[in-house]
Amino acid sequence: MAQQQKKTVFEPWEDPSEKPIIRFKNVTKRFGDFTAIDNLTLDIYRREFFALLGPSGCGKTTLMRMLAGFETPTSGSILLDDKDIAAVPPNKREVNMMFQSYALFPHLTVYDNIAFGLRRSSMPKADIPGRVEQMLRLTQLTQFAKRKPHQISGGQRQRVALARSLAKAPKLLLLDEPLGALDKKLRNETQFELMDIQEKTGTTFVIVTHDQEEAMTVASRVAVMDQGRIVQVATPDRIYETPNSVYVADFIGDVNLITGKAYPGNGEQVEIHWGEAQAPIRANTSKSLAAGAEVKFAIRPEKIGIASEPPQDAANVVQGKVLDIAYLGNISTYHVELPSGDVLKAQATNSRRISRRNITWDDTVWLFWTDTAGIVLTE
Amino acid sequence: MDLRRTFLIFVPFAWLLLLFLIPFGIVLKISLSDIALSIPPYTPQLDLSAGWSGIVEYFRALDLENYVFLTQDNLYFLAYMSSVQIAFISMVITLIVGYPIAYGMAKAPDHWRPTLMMLVILPFWTSFLIRVYAWMGILSQEGFLNQFLLWIGIIDTPLTILNTNWAVYIGIVYTYLPFMILPIYAALEKMDGSLMEAAEDLGCSQTSAFWLVTFPLSRPGVIAGCFLVFIPALGEVVIPSLLGGSQTLMIGKVLWEEFFSNRDWPVASAVAVILLLILVIPIVLFQRNEQKQREAGR
Repeated sequence: MAQQQKKTVFEPWEDPSEKPIIRFKNVTKRFGDFTAIDNLTLDIYRREFFALLGPSGCGKTTLMRMLAGFETPTSGSILLDDKDIAAVPPNKREVNMMFQSYALFPHLTVYDNIAFGLRRSSMPKADIPGRVEQMLRLTQLTQFAKRKPHQISGGQRQRVALARSLAKAPKLLLLDEPLGALDKKLRNETQFELMDIQEKTGTTFVIVTHDQEEAMTVASRVAVMDQGRIVQVATPDRIYETPNSVYVADFIGDVNLITGKAYPGNGEQVEIHWGEAQAPIRANTSKSLAAGAEVKFAIRPEKIGIASEPPQDAANVVQGKVLDIAYLGNISTYHVELPSGDVLKAQATNSRRISRRNITWDDTVWLFWTDTAGIVLTE
Repeated sequence: MDLRRTFLIFVPFAWLLLLFLIPFGIVLKISLSDIALSIPPYTPQLDLSAGWSGIVEYFRALDLENYVFLTQDNLYFLAYMSSVQIAFISMVITLIVGYPIAYGMAKAPDHWRPTLMMLVILPFWTSFLIRVYAWMGILSQEGFLNQFLLWIGIIDTPLTILNTNWAVYIGIVYTYLPFMILPIYAALEKMDGSLMEAAEDLGCSQTSAFWLVTFPLSRPGVIAGCFLVFIPALGEVVIPSLLGGSQTLMIGKVLWEEFFSNRDWPVASAVAVILLLILVIPIVLFQRNEQKQREAGR
């Protein structure tokens, strides 16, 4: 069974025989009048790297603190391995947390920080040094074991915090904005280290982040949250390619949103009428829509092509004028103003050197995309 | 050479020179002199009119006689030891009383903290002397405390608290409590709350988290507070003379009596010099603690 699983893609959420390690059942959390978590139901599976993504104040941190035991749900239940953990205090849970501030004990050495949890556990004293050494090796901190937290760099501190929270081999590791304090380059490297360590230890990770790129990179599944609710739970590519709402489409990456009226055609085809004197957008959708229903058409800038000549046989073509070019090195984003006044963003990779490119400001250009490039959203 | 910087360094040095080193030099000189019935009451006096020979004569007359005297009469040794004991016990009581107060302040909601801080500092708005006198009214045989205890019926006869060492302890603890609370509060207040959560997350109960994390991290504050209480308490004179009894032996009181009652300036100066030497040890330790803390804080 285990072997079979290895060969197939890791998708326990698709397998009905798989039991979730964490179950949120209709969990609500209120602070006074403020509802931080609103009737939330969610399953997280073993060995998952699960990301809670959302803007600050969306309730993702509250959700994590409930898992750690620092908050208790106002109503509903949280199950860890089918056992309700509401009454279990934080120090008795097989859950460890890596804090946003790292919360390293400043008066203890790196070694003692990592050993801190082990010394409070039932582990025999003689086994502790071995386990600490193992964690030090895993996080490449062996040479810093005797230093105090203020004597090492930010990236090293982050690794100490990770080693300390992993040392007790928890069933579930919670990471609260683990990379927030690192600079961008280090953050990117550390993301891959995190994934590596997660795979090596086989621990279930739940990460809280407001950085969508980070969530997309590390996570097996992402839950996008807004105002105490989960808007969508899916793999990073599903979240990006098929967002279920304007909120998700807008929150993840860059998107063009066009409001129009849908007129379903044959099968999954739909025509979206928008703006005056604009050809309707031809798109595909599996949603059943009433004729004339108001919809939003969402399309990612990189799915829109840009050309200085009218393209042949494209499903959708609009003409416009280049308003702005954002040069990002590897790609450029063109802001194109349509005759209607709408501005669409199109992205093109800069496979040619800048001097060879033929589109510049105020040029008349044609934007084009296929009928499957965008998606139709109703909420 | 940076003129501004030189000036900035010069100011505190000049201050120290003028208000500490020179007066200390004078005290040291008097401690080496002999008692005399004159004004000022010691000899020799520097007589510049006699020229060089006068200066030589002057220095020749200085000796360590008074220090030898201090070792011969064990009153002084006992007074020093008793002062150290009283200061130490007061310091420990102040710590036991002050730590929970500081802890409570640091854990209080943000908007309460300025008020609590005010309440700690508020007694300083009244003269120290008046506050000590007020304690006489509270602690005396007919004082408020005894009247209250008699009234609720815990005791039948009034307790004798005033004019005992107990009154001195109460006075010192009361007076120096803010000096204990404030540094501990400062240490606790800047502590990251997630440290306690991390300790709990890693398997500590709240009590063990306190002893393993909170207390060690507040140690610099505790040490600073202890020194701030111990050092002035050691040389305390007003509290033991007003609240303490005849058997309360403190070096500050002895010094006072030598100076004003016996008018023996040279012996009083010698006592002061020894007191300062005793204080140098904790002061140096205090400085080291501060410096270590500053380095760790970087």
